Amino acid sequence: MTVVNDTSPTAPSVGAPSKGKTRGGGLGRYVLIRFLLIFPTVFILVTLVFFLMRVVGNPITASVGGRLTPSQLQERLHAAGYDRPIIVQYGEYLGQLARGDFGTTLTDHQKISTILLTYGGATLELVFYGLIIALIVGVPLGMLAAYLRDRWPDVILRVFAIFTYATPVFFAGLLLQLVFSVWLGILPLGGRASTRVELALGNIPNPTGIYLIDAIRTGNGQIIGDVLLHAVMPATALGLITGGVFLRLVRTNVMGTLGAEYVDAARSRGVNEFRLVGAHALKPALIPIITVMGLQIAMLLGGSVLTETTFGWRGLGFELQQYLSARDFVAVQGIVALLAVIVAVTNFIVDVIAAFIDPRVRY
Amino acid sequence: MSATTPEGRAVPLWKRLPVVKQLRRSVGLQRGMLVVGIVICAVFLIAAIFAPLIAPYGFGELSNKFGSFPRQASPDSTFIWGTTVGGYDVFSRVVWGARTAVSVVILAVVISVVIGVVLGLVSGYLGGWLDRVLVVIADAVYAFPSLLLAIVVSIVISGGNSSYIGGILSAAISITVVFVPQYFRVVRAEAVRLKSEAFVESSKVIGTSTSRIMFKHVLRNSTRSLPLILTLNASEAILTLASLGFLGFGIGPTAAAEWGYDLNNALSDAASGIWWTGLFPGLAIVMLVLGVTLVGESLNDLADPRLRTRRRARRKKSVVASTETTAGGSTGTGTTGPGTGTTEEATA
Repeated sequence: MTVVNDTSPTAPSVGAPSKGKTRGGGLGRYVLIRFLLIFPTVFILVTLVFFLMRVVGNPITASVGGRLTPSQLQERLHAAGYDRPIIVQYGEYLGQLARGDFGTTLTDHQKISTILLTYGGATLELVFYGLIIALIVGVPLGMLAAYLRDRWPDVILRVFAIFTYATPVFFAGLLLQLVFSVWLGILPLGGRASTRVELALGNIPNPTGIYLIDAIRTGNGQIIGDVLLHAVMPATALGLITGGVFLRLVRTNVMGTLGAEYVDAARSRGVNEFRLVGAHALKPALIPIITVMGLQIAMLLGGSVLTETTFGWRGLGFELQQYLSARDFVAVQGIVALLAVIVAVTNFIVDVIAAFIDPRVRY
Repeated sequence: MSATTPEGRAVPLWKRLPVVKQLRRSVGLQRGMLVVGIVICAVFLIAAIFAPLIAPYGFGELSNKFGSFPRQASPDSTFIWGTTVGGYDVFSRVVWGARTAVSVVILAVVISVVIGVVLGLVSGYLGGWLDRVLVVIADAVYAFPSLLLAIVVSIVISGGNSSYIGGILSAAISITVVFVPQYFRVVRAEAVRLKSEAFVESSKVIGTSTSRIMFKHVLRNSTRSLPLILTLNASEAILTLASLGFLGFGIGPTAAAEWGYDLNNALSDAASGIWWTGLFPGLAIVMLVLGVTLVGESLNDLADPRLRTRRRARRKKSVVASTETTAGGSTGTGTTGPGTGTTEEATA
C-alpha cells in the first residue's frame, strides 16, 4: 500500500535540479541511477540462484526421481526441456523473468505469480505489523536508553536488546503460544483468522488478501477484532528482533545528537526535556534508521518464513516452507527470485525516501 | 598489578591473546559483561567436547536395558528435562546439540574468514574490473535475506537428506555463503585504505612482490576489526543453523542432535501444553547466542576508545556520535545499508 504512495513523488524530482544546483548531483539523477541499479542486483541474485539450483541436478529428478523408471524420467525431463544445455535453459529462464513469468510449480501446477497474488498480501500484512511493533518498541526505548545513558535503565534496555536478537523468532513464537494461548487462553494459537471469519472474508467482493483491509471493508467490529487478535503474537515475535536493532540504533544516534550544541541551545531556551529528546535530538537521528529500515525489511521477509511456519500464517513464507518439504524446487526457485525482486525494489524505495529527507545522501 | 607495567617490558604471550588482553583492560560493567559471556561460552564448549560424558543417553537413543523410553514424559528423576514425542531424552539432545552447534559455527566462521579475507585483499589491493564485479555481487548477496540464501545453498549441497558430517558441512557452507560478503567488505575497505599508505609504497620501492605485500603487509594491518565481526557472526551462525533446522534442513534425529529441528517438532507439543520439549532447546540457543554476543559486544566496546570505560576519570565522558557495531551482521557496517553502498561516503 505504501509502495504506491511512495513511488509517486518522483514527479517533484523533475523540478528538483533547478533549485538543487548548489547541492551538487541532482535528486532526479540520483533516483534514476538508484533505479537502474535494481536491475544488476536482481540479475545477479537470479543468476546465482539459477546456477546454484542447477548444480543439484534438475528439479524433476529431485522431486519425483525415485518414483519413476529411468525411461519415464527421461521423458519428463525431455518434455520440460531439462535435457538441453544449461546456457539455453538459462537464457530461456531470463526471457521468462523479463516477461514477469516466474515459472509454474511442479507439485500443484500453480503459477508463481498466482501464488504471489494469493499469498503476497498475507506476508505484506505480517511484515507491516512487524515493522510497526519494531518501531513502537525500538524508538521510544532507544530514546530512553540514550537519555539515561549508563544508568541502570540503559543497562537493562541494552540487555533486553541483546535478548531480542538472541531469541530466534520461532522460539519467541513458541513461548508466546505457550503463555498466551495455552495457559492464559487469551490469544488464538495460530492462523490469520478464525474459520468463521475466514469464510466471511472469502465472501466479500474483490478481496485484497490483506485481512485487515478486508475486515474494515465489512465494517463488522467482531471481524476486525478477530483479525487483529490473530496478528498480535506473530507480529510481536517477528517485530521484537527488529525492535532490538532499532533500539540500539536510536540509542547510539540520539546519544550523538544529544551532545550537539543546538540541543544545549534549546535547553538554555527552556525547552522541556521531553521535547528535547523526542523532537530536537530524535529527528536527525532518524535518518540512519530509515536507511537501515530497508535492510530490516529484507530481514523481516526472511524472518517471515519462520514466523509464518510457526503460526500457520498462510503467506509466501508458509508456502515456501510447504514447497521446500515437498522438494518442489521450481517453486522454491520461483519464490526466491520473486523475493529478490521485492527486496531490491523495497531497498530502492527506502533509499529514495532517505534521499528526500536527507539532502546529504547523493551520489 | 598490570597497570604499573612499564611500556618497555615485554608482556607474556598469553596476556596478549585477543580475549585475555581485553579482559585485562576492561573494568566495571564492561568486565562483567565480558566475563559472563566467556563463562557462558565456556559452559557450551565443555558440553560440546564432553557430550558423551555429560549426556546420560545418546542423542538417538530410544531405549535402554529397562525398556523403551516413555513418550512425552514430563521431567522427573530419570529424564530430568522430560522426553520428546519420539521418545528422545530432551536433556541428552540439548547437550549433544551443543556439539553440533559448536562444530558448525567454528567451521562456518573459519571457512568464511579465509574466503572473505582472500577475496577482500585481492579485490581491494588489485582493484580493476574484478574488484567492481566482486563488489556488485557482494552487495547483491548482502542485501538478500540471508536465510533464503542459506536455504538455497543447503538444497544444493545436501539435497535435504544428510548424514552427520554431510549435515554439518552443508549447514556450515550455507552459512559461509551469507558471511563471506561481510568479511569481504571489511577487508576490502581496509585494503583500499592501506594501499596508499607509505609503508606499502616503500615496500614496492624495494621490490617486494605484490603477493608478499598483500598477504604480509596489508593483511596484517587489515585484520584489526576481524575478531569483532567474527564473534558477532558466530552468534548469527548459531541462529541461521537453528533456522535451517527449524525449516527441515537440519540434521536428522538419528544423525545428530540439532536444536532448531527439535524446536520444530516441539511446535505441535506446545499446543497441548507440553513445554519441556521446546523450552530447553530454545533456551540453549538463546544462551549460546547471548554468550557469544556478550563477548563480541565487549570486544567491540573495548576496541573503541570512545566506548571503553577507563579505570580513572570515569566521569565527564565526551559524548560522541558513536560508531558502535550493532548486533548481527545485518547492520554491521554501521548506519548505511548495502543498497546505498555509495552513499556511505556522503553521509559519513
